[in-house]
Amino acid sequence: MWQALRNELHPKGLEIVTVALDVDAEAARPWIEQTKPNHPSLIDSAHQIDELFGVVNVPNGVWIDEDGVIVRPAEPAWPERDTPPDWQKMADSPDVPEQLRETLKLASNIRIQPKEYLAALRDWVANGKASQYALSPEEVVARSGPRGKAEAEAAARFELGQYLWRSGRQELAPKHWREAHRLQPANWTYKRQAWTLADPFQGPSELYDSCWVNDVRKIGAENYYPPLDLSPARTK
Amino acid sequence: MILKSLEVDPKTFEQRTGWALKPEGACKGQVCVPLAADVSGAGKLDARLLSERLGMPLIRDDDAGVWCLGPEAMGRALTSARAPELTLPDHTGNQFRLSSLRGQKALIVTWSSW
Repeated sequence: MWQALRNELHPKGLEIVTVALDVDAEAARPWIEQTKPNHPSLIDSAHQIDELFGVVNVPNGVWIDEDGVIVRPAEPAWPERDTPPDWQKMADSPDVPEQLRETLKLASNIRIQPKEYLAALRDWVANGKASQYALSPEEVVARSGPRGKAEAEAAARFELGQYLWRSGRQELAPKHWREAHRLQPANWTYKRQAWTLADPFQGPSELYDSCWVNDVRKIGAENYYPPLDLSPARTK
Repeated sequence: MILKSLEVDPKTFEQRTGWALKPEGACKGQVCVPLAADVSGAGKLDARLLSERLGMPLIRDDDAGVWCLGPEAMGRALTSARAPELTLPDHTGNQFRLSSLRGQKALIVTWSSW
């Protein structure tokens, strides 16, 4: 998915690293092998990147400069597609299983901003620190997501659940994941991961209090990704 | 980080959380938090002390008998703009260190199969 962009920007000094947030590493592997990426394609079963970088959804991107300093914290990120999928058309197709129809309809209303994102990325690759999209360290910290007691405990609960899931105590995981969902409802990687393990379509199940369709309806599909804040860096 | 006892190995703690243990305390970027005593040379750390001083949740699963020490609750997801070290396996099982990207710009981007 990111291969074409990587080919364009790697000669200009950018490396792209993809990180799959999959508790079951085997779930991500076939996807990676199919695309034969020539950039690092990592698997983060414990969602450590959520904890260390403040990632709350996919796709989310973080920019790191040549010196290892973050210049944009986690935010929605999209590779350009020549033709974005027509979710609405898919939803209207008679071949679509009923349980997917609602998901596709909602997906068609999700706000995505690939053009704006890529213009900013290309500007940074060309101009480095002088780019208006490269933020100062103070602004990076200030613009990173909230991490109070609730969010910190949500991270611990999620990690505990994934550890139990992977160490053969799967029956003990859902109670911690439910707590993670309650404590940090804005973290979609926690919710979608847990829902998927109960039902591949992320539909309602006895294990979890909600599901993708219900939670997206509640906030409105247009709010699934917060709007990109591409306002110029305030300090340099 | 997952703990089987309340004793924390300092090296694992540093690698997993991005906090460095120094004579003045636990440090991340410009932020340093004093711990009870100089722990930079100590064999093991007490998870309860780290939890209290750094605002890290310490959650126990009674059935499994394990704990999880979560990230610091200091207001924002990033305590410092310095990119924390993170080592993850690639799809062939090789370990990749994010710090090996120094000298070039990097876009780290998440996705998932779900």
